[in-house]
Amino acid sequence: MTGLSSSPSMRILTKGNEAICLGAVAAGCRHYYGYPITPQNDIPEYMAAHLPALGGTFLQAESEVATINIMLGTAASGKRVMTSSSGPGISLMQEGLSYMAGSELPAVIVNISRSGPGLGGIAPSQGDYFQAVKGGGHGGYRLIVLAPHSVQEMYALTMLAFDLSDKYRTPAMILGDAIVGQMKEPFIASPYDPASTTGKPWALTGCAGRERKNLKSLHLKDNAIEVHNWKLHEKYERIRRDEARAESYMLDGATIAVVAFGTAARVSKTAIQWARKEGIAAGMLRPITLFPFPEREVFDLARAVDVLLVIEMNTGQMVEDVRRCTPLHDRIAFLGKPCAMPTPEEILERIRQLAGRKG
Amino acid sequence: MRPPAKAGFSKAVYTRPRSLVDVRSHFCPGCHHGTIHKIVAECIDRYGLREKTIGVACVGCSVFLYDYIDVDVVESPHGRAPAVATGVKRAQPDKFVFTYQGDGDLAAIGTSEIIHAANRGENLSVIFVNNTTYGMTGGQMAPTTMLGQKTSTTPYGRDFRGDGYPIRMAELLAGLEGTAYSARVAVSTPAQIRKAKESVRKAFEMQIGGMGLSIVEFLSTCPTNWGMKPLDAQKRVLGEMSEYFPLGVFKERQQADFA
Repeated sequence: MTGLSSSPSMRILTKGNEAICLGAVAAGCRHYYGYPITPQNDIPEYMAAHLPALGGTFLQAESEVATINIMLGTAASGKRVMTSSSGPGISLMQEGLSYMAGSELPAVIVNISRSGPGLGGIAPSQGDYFQAVKGGGHGGYRLIVLAPHSVQEMYALTMLAFDLSDKYRTPAMILGDAIVGQMKEPFIASPYDPASTTGKPWALTGCAGRERKNLKSLHLKDNAIEVHNWKLHEKYERIRRDEARAESYMLDGATIAVVAFGTAARVSKTAIQWARKEGIAAGMLRPITLFPFPEREVFDLARAVDVLLVIEMNTGQMVEDVRRCTPLHDRIAFLGKPCAMPTPEEILERIRQLAGRKG
Repeated sequence: MRPPAKAGFSKAVYTRPRSLVDVRSHFCPGCHHGTIHKIVAECIDRYGLREKTIGVACVGCSVFLYDYIDVDVVESPHGRAPAVATGVKRAQPDKFVFTYQGDGDLAAIGTSEIIHAANRGENLSVIFVNNTTYGMTGGQMAPTTMLGQKTSTTPYGRDFRGDGYPIRMAELLAGLEGTAYSARVAVSTPAQIRKAKESVRKAFEMQIGGMGLSIVEFLSTCPTNWGMKPLDAQKRVLGEMSEYFPLGVFKERQQADFA
């Protein structure tokens, strides 16, 4: 198990799930609540082992429903708080997530997703894309959704998730899967450098020396709920405008552009390298934020290449957002596997087909 | 209008608690929320807790806690108040934290949250208002609805064969190790109000002393949904309700250590 000492830019060999914990602790998160579910149990186990010594709190709740609401209470107290779960558990958290979005409370939720729907299986999957980026709970809201594709990003994007969540006072989700969660690779544990710093004057700490405050999502009077919903909408529009992130990978001169996130993107990189060696001009746009989606980048890319090949570990979810971003639908191809990782060979074969070559 | 006090007779015997907001009540005539709010506010004042208190409001009529109690309040989803309060208390163990929940909230949708918060011995105080019905949503059956009681979803009266029995939460929670204090009170007579206040004081002292979860169940009225005049509603509390839900203290921890 990885230690917590943080010499500057330390190189650490660890699992993606533990890198999340290291990122959270480095970012000042001292409160973790959760409920066991495969394939993310390394995270609560790590937090249970390390948070007490840091003066923090680990609590295994009685359910995911309780978990997200214990988080709500800690978030309302102005403290950084995190949970982690997987598909079925994230579904149980949707009620609390909707309340947190409505009450404008920051928190970080990690979804190391598995195959669904229902109990599904524990194979890696990206089947929770819709749930993550389209709100998930009731009432119409958005989560900030970050999709790491390496252990390095499991660490760094967790820090960023805390910063963005605080900046916009809204929950942020790390959307990973069993592969990026369980794989081990070295990463640079650079010290936490806040992407933004905000105070929390809204936190409930007792009304000493000030008027009492309420944190709530119920707005009954006059048109208060309409005002509130437009305010939230305006916030999501700001996030959409300012926080979209994507990686451009070997896109110079590309005629075939893969669009993929997380593990699917990781695997695609290998296929793209092979394709380039064969003289096929392939590259990739990798959304790092799934909400906000890199809309402008997809729009521009669709005009610049012959084909956009969307690769997902599901039967086609993000591809709908790709279609939304460009009118050039005849340039969009799709390769999906709902309950497994596509292999580099499969991706290369599809790239070859699209390039008009035989394997 | 009250005549002006005569010289020599101006001693104040009653004042508004500092922690009670000076607003007109919006609750229905004969409803007990106002009285219970006052008792809670008086006890907050008594221990000087106003500036270090975070209240947790739930869903239903009791959500309007934040309109009446002059402290910081966070709103929770239906039934989840003990979980939200756990999160507040774990983050701020030096603060005073209480939930204010109705029977649908605590004894139906939030049964899991209250049982597990109690079982963990969370150092919280719970004010539980039992009026045997869902008030805000229009008088549907609650877990505490009496056998034979007609509600909008038990139009022929609650029948244990299909609807189950009214749950006695104060007794149920008293059986858990982590519960420090559990009592049931009523506020239908001045004597009961005095006793109720003693119980809330005791519940608050439990939290101040770090003893674990304390709960005070209030037998309360809902004249509107019961279809009763306020005075008849009081009689129902004193009679039928008190018979099935006996008043008293069911658990009182003596020492902070429990194993």
